[in-house]
Amino acid sequence: MPSWKDVRADFPILHQQVNGRPLVYLDNGATTQKPRAVIDALVRYYERDNSNVHRGLHTLSMRATDAYEGARARVAKFVNAADPAEIIFTRGTTESINLVARSYGGKLGRGDVILCTEMEHHSNLVPWQQAAKASGATLKFVPFIGANAEGGLDLEALDRLLTPQVKVFAFTHISNTLGTINPVAELCRRARAVGAVTVIDAAQSAGHAPLDVRLLGCDFLAFSGHKMCGPTGIGVLYGRFALLDQLSPDETGGGMVVSVDFEGAKWKPAPERFEAGTPNVAGAIGLGAACDYLDSLDRVAIRQHDDELARVAYEKLATLPGIRLIGPTGERGGLVSFAFEGVHAHDVVTFADEDGVALRGGHHCNQPLMRKLGLTSTTRASFYLYNTAEEIDLLVASLRRTLKFFIG
Amino acid sequence: MSADLTELYQQVILDHNRRPRNRGRLPTANRVAHGDNPSCGDQCDVFLRLDGDRIAEISFDGSGCAISQASASLMTTQLKGKTAAEAETLYQEFHDIVTTGKEPAEISDVAAFAGVHAFPARIKCATLGWHAALNALKADATTATTESHTD
Ligand SMILES: Cc1ncc(COP(=O)(O)O)c(C=O)c1O
Repeated sequence: MPSWKDVRADFPILHQQVNGRPLVYLDNGATTQKPRAVIDALVRYYERDNSNVHRGLHTLSMRATDAYEGARARVAKFVNAADPAEIIFTRGTTESINLVARSYGGKLGRGDVILCTEMEHHSNLVPWQQAAKASGATLKFVPFIGANAEGGLDLEALDRLLTPQVKVFAFTHISNTLGTINPVAELCRRARAVGAVTVIDAAQSAGHAPLDVRLLGCDFLAFSGHKMCGPTGIGVLYGRFALLDQLSPDETGGGMVVSVDFEGAKWKPAPERFEAGTPNVAGAIGLGAACDYLDSLDRVAIRQHDDELARVAYEKLATLPGIRLIGPTGERGGLVSFAFEGVHAHDVVTFADEDGVALRGGHHCNQPLMRKLGLTSTTRASFYLYNTAEEIDLLVASLRRTLKFFIG
Repeated sequence: MSADLTELYQQVILDHNRRPRNRGRLPTANRVAHGDNPSCGDQCDVFLRLDGDRIAEISFDGSGCAISQASASLMTTQLKGKTAAEAETLYQEFHDIVTTGKEPAEISDVAAFAGVHAFPARIKCATLGWHAALNALKADATTATTESHTD
């Protein structure tokens, strides 16, 4: 079990005052802070090895290429992929899902069904709307249960919806708005039974819990480096090699071709086929360092730590007058989302900021979900390995002050 | 509470937020426009009954933070009876107040919004209702979004 106090010392940004108060950073669902080890990896790369990859024959280029491919192998190990070639570096979850939706979406046609859920982030919804429009396929949704979505996905409805017409089933691992942890291995199993390809949005789970693509049995899985201690601008699309091998590239250009003449080009195999142009070398190296950092702490322990904070927060928040907590009442990922009768999320966030507490207020890129819950916005506190139980008390005290001001 | 926050949440704003004026759909409306703030999900519908060039009646409906709701409420009290040109002028004055923090020369409730300028992220909240109202006046059927306007 890591010493969580020591963990805080690893994150330089946490040791500052915001509006005259110690920073309480509870917006980890949006992006996480970076440990010294990741910052150092970026600096080291730019100070010693910076060069383009896969094309230079000189020493620096070879070093940069080794570091970049080393990062790919590190990420493959992080998600237990069978082969580093199954790891495609992207800008983040959004680009990863767009890549699948466009490349795999090209294989879809009229009569096919794309299945999503009602709790998807816009990043795992809008690309599928576009794929449906482009291909003539129909987009359907697995509903959630309960007025506060506390019952999770409706698995009986899923059985009705999962027909042989379903070609793609795309769903989130942990909901960024609800905190729901979906039974992803079970969802993959059911999808496989009808021959549907599975796409998991792991933006909120990578770096928060162990992630094993072979145990989950998924075909594609997307996540962002910046939500797991890594740099911004780097993300991952995992794809089962047999599937990647059948896909056409989404973007084309340098680095992804075997040979080109004036009439056309031949693609390299995955992963290069999907990485046209100079990649984010430093970002990949930083992400590799983030994987090392997280595994040095043990992801099972991180998950227990985050989930315990969310459980405590949920209980303490429930005592506030007029609060509506959404999402599961029991087991949840490391975040809590709530709304107050008579006080808007924006006003809550502005007040919390004055107390040094960073929260997110808004629709969390989940507009259809919010609409179905009859909400336009919620306030969200999302936790990570450096957060503490004392910070939850500061959050609750800040919220009490806000309620007193607006409601009396 | 810090001075900035006290400036932002003035009594006038809290009062309009708690007891919004002219809130709800206007059954007699002959113009309506919808405003969206995509960065936070705030929404505001503005209903007008235009009598020639003059705003005979006005109401708003929507959901959002105290700043956006109070601003829309106060706006309806300001715009009633005004022509389109006068409304445009009032908007420019309001915009100056929320972006610069300079209070108007004449004593007016809109001065309460001067505190917004210290919170740049909230300027869009304060102008959402105005954008919708101006669109309604122009009979612009497209949704007013705070993103397509420069604040
Ligand atoms: C569940 C989920 N999916 C996708 C995304 C998009 O991630 P990114 O903005 O890094 O592409 C997010 C981030 O907000 C998320 O929480």
